Amino acid sequence: MASIRLEIVTAERVVYTEDVDIVIAPGVEGQLGILPHHAPLMTILQSGEILARRGNEEDIMAISGGFLEVRPDRVIILADSAERAEEIDEARAEAARERAEKRIRERGTVPDLDMARVEASLRRAMARLSVLEKVKRRRQR
Amino acid sequence: MADIRKVRRRIRGVQNIAKITRAMEMIAASKMRRAQERGLAGRPYSEKIEQVIADLAALPGIGLQHPLLQQRPAEHIAVVHITPDRGLCGGLNGNLNRNLAAFILKQEVPVRVVAVGRKGRDFSVRQGCDMEAEFTELGDRPSLLDTLPISHIIIDDYANGSIDNVYISYPRFVSTMVQTPVVRQLLPVQPAEIPAVSNVDYIYEPGATDVLGGLLPRFVEMQIYHAILESIASEYSARMVAMRNATDSANELIGDLTLLYNKARQEAITTELLDITGGVSALEG
Repeated sequence: MASIRLEIVTAERVVYTEDVDIVIAPGVEGQLGILPHHAPLMTILQSGEILARRGNEEDIMAISGGFLEVRPDRVIILADSAERAEEIDEARAEAARERAEKRIRERGTVPDLDMARVEASLRRAMARLSVLEKVKRRRQR
Repeated sequence: MADIRKVRRRIRGVQNIAKITRAMEMIAASKMRRAQERGLAGRPYSEKIEQVIADLAALPGIGLQHPLLQQRPAEHIAVVHITPDRGLCGGLNGNLNRNLAAFILKQEVPVRVVAVGRKGRDFSVRQGCDMEAEFTELGDRPSLLDTLPISHIIIDDYANGSIDNVYISYPRFVSTMVQTPVVRQLLPVQPAEIPAVSNVDYIYEPGATDVLGGLLPRFVEMQIYHAILESIASEYSARMVAMRNATDSANELIGDLTLLYNKARQEAITTELLDITGGVSALEG
């Protein structure tokens, strides 16, 4: 079976390089599934999960926004931040989610609050937590 | 006698200095290595972004439409001045500040300074520069997140028209021995003239303009982040070299002082012997 090289890079490091069978990424216009021999594509990603399957293995990563480029031989993801499941700090993500939810509930009471930013941080936290959730569920099985 | 004691105390003092400078040299060496590695780790990301921007800007109808690409007559200029927080790194800080001053003096329009790092901040304040913002104590290992407020300030100011041109002043890390202060343009972004490596027709989603609009601010953030990393690598290599020179000088001084000390000691013994023999012969006489 054909495979495609997936590279996830952030400004700080290269997070992931692996030959995979399929990549599923959160595009701004909906989930994208990319298989080998995909047409060249350049798109914006939103916060969410990257799923990469190779054989029977599945890798899940949380990213918070970025870009995805499909080239004939590889898929490159330029992420604002990206973490493998085992690198995610659950307590921190949970705290971030609570903080963001509280801000949203108190919307209007705090002047000058940038709602777009609060929502973005909520999405980031949710992405991280849902990656953790998935990994945990898989271990139980 | 008193002289000998003084020399001995001086030797001990210089030995202590040498120990400290030696330790600082080794710390700086290891921190420099780490800063360099971090700089290299981010390279794939920045090369990629640069290339995509060049590709996009070359597309007909899209290039130069985005605000961050538009050239405006420069009526207000801002400089992001990146320096270390600390001294004891040879001529690095002096060179950086002198370079900034030379740049500002050359301009015909008012220049505002965004100071990153204490040494540059102190200098700009002392010289009475128009300060836009200051960021200090970023530490040895700033994450991209730590540097974002800097780029937000300048992108905002640029977008609302209060600044027409943004430059960045930082030490370029040439090698361990050489760091050159440079000033170069940050905004408007000048797409690198990279020959289109990828002759592929991309599908852009949602659209080429949106993708470019998303990439440009990140490109600016990236350049600032990189300049800061380079500044950190430069700081530590400059400190390493300065401390090595200090250690060498201290050791040389110890050698000289030891010679002086031994001479004085011998002299003292000789005088003492002369005294004794003189005293004995006087008694016998």
